[in-house]
Amino acid sequence: MDIFSALPGAAAQGIIWGIMAIGVYLTYRIIDVADLTVDGTMATGGATLVVCVTSGMNVWLAMVIAFFAGCIAGLLTGIFNTKFAIPAILAGILTQLILYSVNLRIMSEKANVPLSVEKYDIILSLRDVPHAIIVGLIFTALLIGCFYWFFGTELGQSLRATGCNANMARANGINTDSRRIIGLVLSNGIVALSGALLAQYQGFADVNMGRGAIVIGLAAVIIGQVIFGKIFRNFALRLLATVFGGIIYYSVITLVLKMGLNANDLKMFSAIVVAIFLGIPHWKKLLAQKAAARRG
Amino acid sequence: MLKINGVYKTFNIGTVNEKKALNGVDLNLKEGDFVTIIGGNGAGKSTLLNSICGVFPVDKGSIVIDGTDITKLPEHKRASYLGRVFQDPMMGTAADMQIAENLSLAYRRGQKRRLKWAMPKKELAMYKEMVAHLGLGLEERMTTKVGLLSGGQRQALTLLMAVMKRPRLLLLDEHTAALDPKTAATVLTLSQKFIDEDHLTAMMITHNMKDAINYGNRLIMMHEGRVIFNVEGEEKKKLTVEDLLKKFADISGSEFANDRTLLN
Repeated sequence: MDIFSALPGAAAQGIIWGIMAIGVYLTYRIIDVADLTVDGTMATGGATLVVCVTSGMNVWLAMVIAFFAGCIAGLLTGIFNTKFAIPAILAGILTQLILYSVNLRIMSEKANVPLSVEKYDIILSLRDVPHAIIVGLIFTALLIGCFYWFFGTELGQSLRATGCNANMARANGINTDSRRIIGLVLSNGIVALSGALLAQYQGFADVNMGRGAIVIGLAAVIIGQVIFGKIFRNFALRLLATVFGGIIYYSVITLVLKMGLNANDLKMFSAIVVAIFLGIPHWKKLLAQKAAARRG
Repeated sequence: MLKINGVYKTFNIGTVNEKKALNGVDLNLKEGDFVTIIGGNGAGKSTLLNSICGVFPVDKGSIVIDGTDITKLPEHKRASYLGRVFQDPMMGTAADMQIAENLSLAYRRGQKRRLKWAMPKKELAMYKEMVAHLGLGLEERMTTKVGLLSGGQRQALTLLMAVMKRPRLLLLDEHTAALDPKTAATVLTLSQKFIDEDHLTAMMITHNMKDAINYGNRLIMMHEGRVIFNVEGEEKKKLTVEDLLKKFADISGSEFANDRTLLN
């Protein structure tokens, strides 16, 4: 029974990370960039929110500021990538490193800043998990709605074209550099927003709260795709699948922890699972080629 | 309408792989010209088209379209003047996007892309009609992802996307070379049809000497980064494959006859 009592908490966390995974979906799936900035941006969002709220700011305004803080981080990675011609992965790592220092600055050189649900008026907390789940779902629904609208517009469509075929995009008059930057800005804004929600949920911001975030985000994207890919064809449903992927990821993690996995091995466990899932399409192709060769 | 003045382009300057791709190209196109371009491998044909498109900056010289100097413009800004079809059928369309979405992307070439809905109903009907003109039956599959189409279908679609905004200049870079002969003929016929109907100015690279002679009102031959032969009008109509082979041998030595790709 102990396992089942832990599942709602896992679902709440899964939804918050699922929102983060939507940000990862935007870079990884839509503009075709593996953006490692997010490991830093998650903490930037959390740190910004906690510092703003504890200094007396309204929590909604604090979340807006957290979102924009993430956007700036994305902008920096975008500039590194396009204007400095640094490969996207390295550009993300550089910003991530910059953010580590910045995040400590935001939190006045402290690695961890608490945010008490009793003292401040925040919108979700692990003290009330069902409420947290509902808040998370509302954010998810709004975010998917915004995405659905944005990627149906002329601008959003040009972002998709950039990720799908940059040559074709340029031949049709699309500035692919600017589209990449826009994608990174929005993605990191969303990740920071997710960090702001997570900080409220867990009641603190930590300079390490985003470590390995990219792996969790990718895990959610891939799990969502593998499990729901066949039935969820529509764009909005695919985003929903990503959030489901986050929930499933956290449920599985909770289960394996309860079953006795050492918590310190968790990151290794996640990374290996993601590596295997990323490899599956490649192996499938190899097998298909071999089968075709045997037939031919 | 197109003026190319003394354009030079060398790749990998200062390395062992240094390659003079364009070695002083001068070319003037009149409104409505349809130029076919032939030449051996490495003659600079694709480099010429790519430098018009701005895929890379040129070292020297200028490129002017309708009096506007586009030499320094980035690739995406020149796109409003140009329609392009690449050799690789995969390159001209976005595979993960629908046929209608691809057309809607091309339809906004040269316009600012805003936060407006990209595919209004009115446009969808127009796209459907345009696609029907290709005669490939694709009008019933407007929401199909382009990645599911055949190479020939994709190339026909790329061609439609290239001409739908009536570009000042249509650039065809061996756009039928990767297709089977029958599909190649279909795409070529479509190209001619669009060029005729919209009175487009066009440049077409081809490895097929017969096509080079049968299509267009002008023919240029390139060799080692230069235009070495230029015929137009009546003179071009009388041209034969033998003439071309001989011409090349005269100008550049016997190399041409050995160039397998030009003999097909």
